[in-house]
Amino acid sequence: MDYNGGTVLAMAGKNCVVVGSDKRLGVQNLTLSTEFQKVFPVTEKCYIALPGLATDVQTLSELFRLKCNMYKLREEREIEPLTLANMISSTLYGRRFGPYFCEPIIAGLDKNNKPHIYGMDLIGCLNFPDDFAVAGCAEAALFGMCESLWEPDLEPDELFETASQALLSAADRNSIVGWGAVIHTM
Amino acid sequence: MSDRYSFSLTTFSPSGKLVQIEYALNAVAQGVTSIGIKATNGIVIATEKKTASPLIDDTSLEKVANVCPNIGIVYSGMGPDFRVLLAKARKAAQKYKRIYNEYPTTGILVKDVASVMQEFTQSGGVRPFGVSLLIAGYDETGPVLYQVDPSGSYWAWKASAIGKNMINAKTFLEKRYNDDIELEDAVHTSILTLKEGFEGQMTEHSIEIGIIGGGTTGFTEGKEQPLFRKLSPSEVRDYLANIS
Repeated sequence: MDYNGGTVLAMAGKNCVVVGSDKRLGVQNLTLSTEFQKVFPVTEKCYIALPGLATDVQTLSELFRLKCNMYKLREEREIEPLTLANMISSTLYGRRFGPYFCEPIIAGLDKNNKPHIYGMDLIGCLNFPDDFAVAGCAEAALFGMCESLWEPDLEPDELFETASQALLSAADRNSIVGWGAVIHTM
Repeated sequence: MSDRYSFSLTTFSPSGKLVQIEYALNAVAQGVTSIGIKATNGIVIATEKKTASPLIDDTSLEKVANVCPNIGIVYSGMGPDFRVLLAKARKAAQKYKRIYNEYPTTGILVKDVASVMQEFTQSGGVRPFGVSLLIAGYDETGPVLYQVDPSGSYWAWKASAIGKNMINAKTFLEKRYNDDIELEDAVHTSILTLKEGFEGQMTEHSIEIGIIGGGTTGFTEGKEQPLFRKLSPSEVRDYLANIS
């Protein structure tokens, strides 16, 4: 989990969610890229954040893109955040004894625009927080920042600011996290 | 030739027909009548329960069945073939739940069952299923009633009949059906339709009825949703008493 660096977070507000990540890709202390994508859109209102081993991040992002496109064609509807989380969870548990080194976070709005955030470990054990979810190399620092900055019922712009400050401050405390950040607001 | 290759039983006849499928439809047409009616707030499916001998214990027969909590099914045609399809449908529903932790919508389940039936019209060493199905489900999109035929084709109906008296039953349903029928009335209509072609005395033991919607909700998979259930013999008796 600490080989390529990188960290992600998601936060829920009042009828809104944000999800973000840093942009660094490295091999231990050597930085290779500062434009590495870790957050991937699934639908207009739902994103997957994939921190962890870079090769698995890219493999999984392609795998979930395939699965979600097939779902959309088969069911003739967009996948809901909870359904997506369960699909990702069962995919990861399918590799129980040789797992992908990745701890995904799912953030999105459902068809009633209610915010949803889900986190899970690398074998797909789901978490259902209603405030925020963090994962990746700066997870510990992010937890602290989110605990102190997050408050209930934030508006989209306030939530963006809160998540940004939490992410940047946590990134500063970790040498393999940082080099820019991205936040998506829904 | 026949000892070297396994040709499908269903090969095209020179005129372009698949006669095995037509034979399968004949098997269905000899089967006991089944009715399905979609109401505004739910669906009813019903069938006759015919026994070859009065000595058979009819409590052991099940023709209306649950596929998963939100989907029910009934058939006309060959009983043993139906059991195979029911087992496959239930397995498909549980496989879906294993991935998404929720049961499939009616449309998805019907597609799965129809794919199985289509496969049996094209594979080697098998014959088509001798059954037509009525599949009733209730999901976010509301109540839906599907019919699936041995060929693997399927349609959504407002009301339909399959089996022996399907022509007469459909004509009867066409006269009786309107778009704002409620589930209670639909149950009555289904019994009346069955009664049209019924031989002998209609009792709570000689018909089977399943409903979904109209207050039959339950708590499964973390949400309150309509559930499919079979009417008990005493409930069927009450409906019958109201009619005659």
